[in-house]
Amino acid sequence: MKETQTIQNEVEDTKTTERIPGSEAVVRCLLEEGVEVLYGYPGGAIMPVYDELFKYQDKIHHVLSRHEQGAAHAAQGYARISDKVGVAIATSGPGATNLITGIADAQIDSTPMVCITGQVGSHLLGSDAFQETDIVGISTPVTKWNHQITKASEIPEVFAKAFYIAKSGRPGPVLIDITKDAQFEEFDFKYEKCKGVRSYKPVPSTEENSLKTAAELINNAKKPLIVWGQGVILGKAEEEFKAVIEKAGIPSAWTILGASAIPTSHPLNVGMVGMHGNYAPNVLTNECDVLIAIGMRFDDRVTGNLATYAKQAKIVHFEIDPAEVDKNVKTDVAVLGDAKASLKDLLPLLNANSHNEWHQKFKDLYKIEYDKVIKNDLHPTKEGLTMGEVLKEINIQTKGEAAIVSDVGQHQMIACRYAEFNKTKSNITSGGLGTMGFALPAAIGAKMAAPDREVVMIAGDGGYQMNIQELGTIFQQKVPVKIVVLNNEFLGMVRQWQQLFFDKRYASTEMVNPDFVAIAKGYHIDAKKVSERKDLKAAIKEMIDCNDPYFLEVRVEKEDNVFPMIPTGASVSDIRLE
Amino acid sequence: MENEKKQYTVSIYTENNIGLLNRISAIFQRRHMNVESLNTSPSEIAGVSRFTLVVNITESQMKKVIGQIEKQVEVIKAYYHTEDEIIYQESCLFKIKSELLFDERQIQNIIKESNARIVTVNKDFFAIEKSGRKEEIDLLYRELNAFGIMQFTRSGRVAVTKEEMRISTMLEAFQH
Repeated sequence: MKETQTIQNEVEDTKTTERIPGSEAVVRCLLEEGVEVLYGYPGGAIMPVYDELFKYQDKIHHVLSRHEQGAAHAAQGYARISDKVGVAIATSGPGATNLITGIADAQIDSTPMVCITGQVGSHLLGSDAFQETDIVGISTPVTKWNHQITKASEIPEVFAKAFYIAKSGRPGPVLIDITKDAQFEEFDFKYEKCKGVRSYKPVPSTEENSLKTAAELINNAKKPLIVWGQGVILGKAEEEFKAVIEKAGIPSAWTILGASAIPTSHPLNVGMVGMHGNYAPNVLTNECDVLIAIGMRFDDRVTGNLATYAKQAKIVHFEIDPAEVDKNVKTDVAVLGDAKASLKDLLPLLNANSHNEWHQKFKDLYKIEYDKVIKNDLHPTKEGLTMGEVLKEINIQTKGEAAIVSDVGQHQMIACRYAEFNKTKSNITSGGLGTMGFALPAAIGAKMAAPDREVVMIAGDGGYQMNIQELGTIFQQKVPVKIVVLNNEFLGMVRQWQQLFFDKRYASTEMVNPDFVAIAKGYHIDAKKVSERKDLKAAIKEMIDCNDPYFLEVRVEKEDNVFPMIPTGASVSDIRLE
Repeated sequence: MENEKKQYTVSIYTENNIGLLNRISAIFQRRHMNVESLNTSPSEIAGVSRFTLVVNITESQMKKVIGQIEKQVEVIKAYYHTEDEIIYQESCLFKIKSELLFDERQIQNIIKESNARIVTVNKDFFAIEKSGRKEEIDLLYRELNAFGIMQFTRSGRVAVTKEEMRISTMLEAFQH
C-alpha cells in the first residue's frame, strides 16, 4: 500500500483556487455541500475548525451538544426526517469515540451522516499522544467509508467523496479524521463535487428478466404478502409503492423502519411484522404463497426462526444492496436496484387484483388481536395508565401528523404499533442497533430539520436518562421538541423478558428515578407529571399547544407487557398474544 | 454440499488505498473465519491492487462474504475460486547451517530433486528458496527438518485463474 492516498473521485465544475488553511477549507466544503447545521462538541484537536465555524456562524449553525453521542444522534435525527446528510463534529480521542454509538446506529439503519473528527498532529500519530485514538481503525466496521486526512490539500476531494458516499445508494455514515497540522496548513482551495467513484456502484443494475419474473409470480399469486422496509422511504418511492399495492391489491406489512411510508389508515396496510408486530401479518407470513420483500433486509427480529420462516412461499426481494440478497432468506427472484425505479417499472407489468378472501384473513386475525391486546392497550379498564392510551391521545391531539421519535424498549414497540402515521418519515427510531438514549438528541435534530412539523419524543425512564444531558441543548437552542417519558420505574423490556423467561428474577431492572419534572424545570423547560387517566388528555393538549419545548412525564402501569410477542428463536406463526 | 467446508482462494481487486486491508480482514474476523493465507500486490491494471486470500469455509458462507467484500466502497470486484479453477504458487525460504551442506550429502540431493534454489551461502548458513504448491513445500520442509532448520518462512498464496477474468473490461465500463 502506498503512503500517499489517491482518491478516485470523478468530479464536476472547475473553480478558481484560493489560498486558505485546512480548517477554513473544512467549513467551505460543508457550505459547498449545502450543510446548514452541524452538531458537535469542541476540543483541542478540532479547535482550528471551530475557530472557522465561529467566523462563519452567519452561514452555518453549530449546535453545541452536551455529549458527542448526543451530537451523533442529533445528526441522525436531522438526516432521518430530511433528505439531507446529518453532520456531527468532535475532537480527537474521547470526543471521537463518543461518536461511535451514533455511527454504528447510522450504519445499521442506513442513515446518511458525515462525522468529522480532529486528530493529533501527524508527527504524533501512533505515539499514544494526548487524546489520540485510532478512530479510523475503531470506526472501520461501523462506517460505510472512512478516511484520515494528514495534508490540507486532500480536504476538498475527501469531503466531496464523503458526502457522495454517505447519501448515494444505500446510505450510511462516513467518518473523516483530520490531523491538527492539516487544519493549520494553507493550500490552494478549490471545490469540486464528486459525481462518482470508480470502485463504487451505488445502485446495482437490474437484471433484465427479474422484473418480469417477479411480476409473473405476483400476478399468479393467490395469497401474496408484501413486507416493506425503509428502502421505500430512502428511495423516495412512497408514491410508486402505493400505486403498486393498490393496483395488485396486496396486503402490505412494514418493518419498524418502513413505518409511515404509507399512512397507517391505508386499507392495504396490515401492520407491523416482527417480534412485537401485529398478529395477522406475522401468522400469515407462514401462509402466503408469494412474499414480496421491498427495501427490507429480513432482520432476525422480523423473521424469528429462519428454519420456519415463510418456507411455503416464493420469495421476491426488491433490494438496492446486493449483499442483502440471500443473506438471511433464500430468494426465488431478486430485483436489484433502486426501489423508486424498480416499482415504477413493475407497475405496468402487474394485473389489477383485489385478493378479497385473502384480505379477509387479515381482518379476522386483527379482530383476535384487537380483542386480546389492542382493546386493553388503547381502552384500558384497569386503574393504571397504559402506554397505548398515551399514544392514542397523542394521535388525537396531533391528528396523526406528528413525527414520533422513539427511544428503545417497551414504549418504542408501543409507539410503533399505535402511533398514527399520516406522513412519510414520521417514525424516527433506532431499529437495528436498538440504542437506548437515541430519542432525545434525535428529536433535536428532527425538529431542527423540520421546524414546521410537530416532533414528539417518546422515551422510557431508562433510555431518557442515557442522554438526559441533551435537555441542555434543547434549552440553549430553544428547540420546541415535545418530550414524553413513559415512566414505569423499570427497564421495562428487560423486565418483561425476566418475567417471561427468567422466572421473574428482576435483576437490576428496577429504577429509582429522580424528580424528572424538577430536572426539566432546572433546564428552564416547561414540565408536568400525570399519574391519573383523568388528567391525561388535558396534559397532552397543554403540551401540544405549547410553542416551546415541553416535558411530560406519564406514570404508567409498572408491570405491563408488550404483546403480541414472538419469543427469540420461535417461528413468526407462533406469535403469543398473552 | 453448500454447507461442506472447502478451501477457496479469493481474489479481490481494489483501489490502492490505506485502510482497506483493515476493512477486508474485519469481514472475516467478525464471522470467526480464519484467513489461512493473505497476499497483496499490484494487479495487471495500473493503480489497482489485488488481494489473494485463502479460506476454509462453506460455499454459502463464501458467497455471503464476497457480497460483503464487494460492498466496501473501494473494492472494485471480488471473486472466489475452487482449487481446480486456479494456478497457484507459494514461496518459502529455509535457513540451514552451512556445515550440513557439506556434511550431509543427502541435502544436496533434496535441493536438486525438489527444484529448490540456493540463494546464498556463507560460513555460518545457507538459504534455500522454493516456489511451488503447498504440498511440495510441505514435503521439502519435512525432508529438511530431519537435518535441522534454523529459520523457515513461507509466503501467502499467489494465484491466477485458468479462465480469463474480465476485470479489465469491467473496469473500463466503470469509467463514466
